[in-house]
Amino acid sequence: MPSWPEKRTLIGSRVKRIDGPAKVTGAAKYPSDVQPEGWLYGMILRSKWPKARVTKIDLEKALKVPGIKAAVTARDGERTVRYYGEELAAVAGTTKQACLDALRVIEVEAKPLPFVVREEDAKEESSPRVWDDTPNLSKPGLNEKGDVDKAFGECATVVEGFYTTPVQLHHPLETHGNTVSWTDEGLTAWSSTQGISSVRDGFAGNLKLQHSQVRVISEYMGGGFGSKFGQGVEGSLAARLSHDAKAPVRIMLTRFDEALAVGNRPSSFQKIKLGATADGKLHAFELESYGTAGIGAGGSSEGGGGGAGFPAPYIYRVPNTRVRQSSVNVNAGSARAFRAPGHPTSSYGMESIMDELAVKMGVDPVELRLKNDPSEVRRKEYQLGAERFGWKEKYKKPGSSPGPIKTGVGCAGATWGGGGGGTQAEAQINPDGSIEIRCGTQDLGTGCRTLIAVIAAELLGLQPEQITVRIGDTQFPPSGGSGGSTTTASVSPAIYDVCTKALQELQTQTGIADARGANWTAACKKLGVNPLTVSGRWQQGLSSSGAGGVQFAEVEVDTETGFVKVKKITCIQDGGLIVNKLTAESQVNGGIIMGIGYALYEERIMDRLSGVVLNPNFETYKLPALADMPEFDVVLLDMPERGVIGIGEPVTIPTASAVANAVANALGVRVSSLPITPQRVLDALGKKAESVPAAAAKPQA
Amino acid sequence: MSDSTPKDGLAVSRRAFLKTFGTSAAVAATAQVEAVAQELAKANAEKVYGPGTVPITLNVNGKPLKLEVEPRVTLLEALRNHSNLTGAKEVCDRATCGACTVLLDDMPIYSCSKLAIEAQGHAITTVEGLAQNGKLSNVQQAFVEKDALMCGYCTPGFVMSVTGLLKKNPHPTAEQVKQACSGNLCRCGTYPRVMQAALQAAGVNVSSTTEVISYAKLA
Repeated sequence: MPSWPEKRTLIGSRVKRIDGPAKVTGAAKYPSDVQPEGWLYGMILRSKWPKARVTKIDLEKALKVPGIKAAVTARDGERTVRYYGEELAAVAGTTKQACLDALRVIEVEAKPLPFVVREEDAKEESSPRVWDDTPNLSKPGLNEKGDVDKAFGECATVVEGFYTTPVQLHHPLETHGNTVSWTDEGLTAWSSTQGISSVRDGFAGNLKLQHSQVRVISEYMGGGFGSKFGQGVEGSLAARLSHDAKAPVRIMLTRFDEALAVGNRPSSFQKIKLGATADGKLHAFELESYGTAGIGAGGSSEGGGGGAGFPAPYIYRVPNTRVRQSSVNVNAGSARAFRAPGHPTSSYGMESIMDELAVKMGVDPVELRLKNDPSEVRRKEYQLGAERFGWKEKYKKPGSSPGPIKTGVGCAGATWGGGGGGTQAEAQINPDGSIEIRCGTQDLGTGCRTLIAVIAAELLGLQPEQITVRIGDTQFPPSGGSGGSTTTASVSPAIYDVCTKALQELQTQTGIADARGANWTAACKKLGVNPLTVSGRWQQGLSSSGAGGVQFAEVEVDTETGFVKVKKITCIQDGGLIVNKLTAESQVNGGIIMGIGYALYEERIMDRLSGVVLNPNFETYKLPALADMPEFDVVLLDMPERGVIGIGEPVTIPTASAVANAVANALGVRVSSLPITPQRVLDALGKKAESVPAAAAKPQA
Repeated sequence: MSDSTPKDGLAVSRRAFLKTFGTSAAVAATAQVEAVAQELAKANAEKVYGPGTVPITLNVNGKPLKLEVEPRVTLLEALRNHSNLTGAKEVCDRATCGACTVLLDDMPIYSCSKLAIEAQGHAITTVEGLAQNGKLSNVQQAFVEKDALMCGYCTPGFVMSVTGLLKKNPHPTAEQVKQACSGNLCRCGTYPRVMQAALQAAGVNVSSTTEVISYAKLA
């Protein structure tokens, strides 16, 4: 079985991104930047109704707008649209301004229909149905183990809670979209995607083309987070417009569109009951939950399901469990996989109730986790993290922090599968000593391109800058989509394989015993006229799956304004053999920051009366910013014997839970809904104030 | 300085108009409103822009860029769609994210929120104009070294904001970096590294706090 070199100089060091200079100079061309000869601007007309029967779409006036070269409807004939923002038609023209004018004069005849956009409303039988033949609320999936009712009777401590999490939007900074050229020769798409192969298949399937007729290129792309595996309706529309206009067409969504139609993380409403025996061991667990994935689960589910379900009781093992989960349809855009699908949602409910249990039992939350977490790695991480964080000194009785600005601490753990396979790659070694590695993967910003250079350089005794890495093109040997934190574990072994074979072949052909490093140029020269090309593929034994991680959060909460400031995050993350520390650390930072957004800021808000998304922009849908950054203390646990493992997803999972627990610790009362906005903090404090005089009336509650 | 000076090609700048007519209109009696309107009509009659395209000349990265655009075209659109300067990115198109940041006479501005015709007569610097003879600027170099970029889509905007800051204030504090970057958003989460890069470009020696610990050596 192959294995990574024992002695490593580049692997595990800090290597600058090889595409860094291209990205800081503007030389990197994203799918939204490419300008094939004669390209046209394209835009989409969307439904202004949350639900309607569309009977006619007249494009005639749009086609007469100066500069407009083509206009198409999203579908032929009568149809029902089911959410505000569903695609109706699209136009392509020589300028954006021409397209704006054309969209304004498209005539749509439609009969508005009753709709429902809020989960609490939608699950009522009396509400309008999203799909006429199905109730909005799905029949709950039931998962039962042991005798739950009896087990709760055996518990010394039982706690109950109700927790909610919002619909979170992906908001990659490069919006969804493609530049597409469809001619008689075939279709070329420059796609902002995390899966060039799935986009190729999507175009081929949608447009009745052969896979061989479609080429998808994504040399650079501006973020996806799970929402960019398909060509999208916008891709198919761009293709059809290109076909009609006989010119390449670029359709990139607007930021407004991005909030409506291209995926989100489902919401959750979680009723949880948890019990422990007198020795502090978890004994009984019950969860009843629902949430919405919009009009239905999205198709793009690589890396996790697109529905509203989630794992429970998450990372813990409880002998007696009853889990009932359902999804509720609303008239809103579909969910798609979103960085660690299900996990942050699950973690928030479970880690919240764990802290409630710890408080009621009067034990330290870290101690409760050490007693109940089945993972040995994570238990060690808790110990290491608690020490670095200063948990023992910082953890105080909930609500005991003096003054109007209260401090608090919290912790939480996470798990993720990952793993990889299936990737192929080829290497071309030229007589002049230059080398090119080709692989049909894509770099989402994770540093995949650099990772390939690091591995190749390590195995060939070269420097990463000497390796030309070609990725993001379906003409290269296939790799999978970049989802589920599988890219690193899929790509690394294939690069190992192709480089090992290429080196052997080079040495055999040239008779040089060791062609690496100092001998490289001389060996390549001996190849003569023809370059050497070698293929390789993923091999067992160089990667594995399963990454844990724990995080600790320290917060300050202003009890007068309700404002929460995250002061510090300590993150202990295991991830097998770290290939590039520099980019791995960036991934960890990024996961934590996205978790802070989930904890404190992000929530799609629907208007129940009009059915529209009320915050389809960055003024009202808040993302974390530089000034919100806490102090970071990040530790990567090196486990080289496990091979390469992806860590992009596990690092975002426990952040919001740890922050929420820290807020509860600061206030002495729990904000049981994400995001923890100032309003919710003040509401929670108000409840607390009321609960003092109401204490006498407690039995009625 | 140039605020009250009519721009190249524009008969009257917005501020000049307000100075001339706005304040007087505010105190004008009803009878005078008509007169003001007539003055305005006269001023505009001298040169009406649009609705069709107009020729404009932008000074971008020290070179003239001649374009034919409608007056409603933004500077960002002029750069990205009417020429091939795609370094500045369109992310929100409404002055919230900073990905389109360019320098206008060394001041960082949102190019999505400035009309191209208004940008005439100013020195515009885009991210393409920072590297000299293939050598990255200090700020660009620091961004690469500190890994202050991931997908890279927000990066040109951050690079321009930090460049603008350092032009004005070569030795900023961390607080001043936060202030300068408060109009830039990143979704991948590069902020801690952007801070490090900005400080490094300003000559402060910063090191990463991240540690790698061998699991095998844990108790």
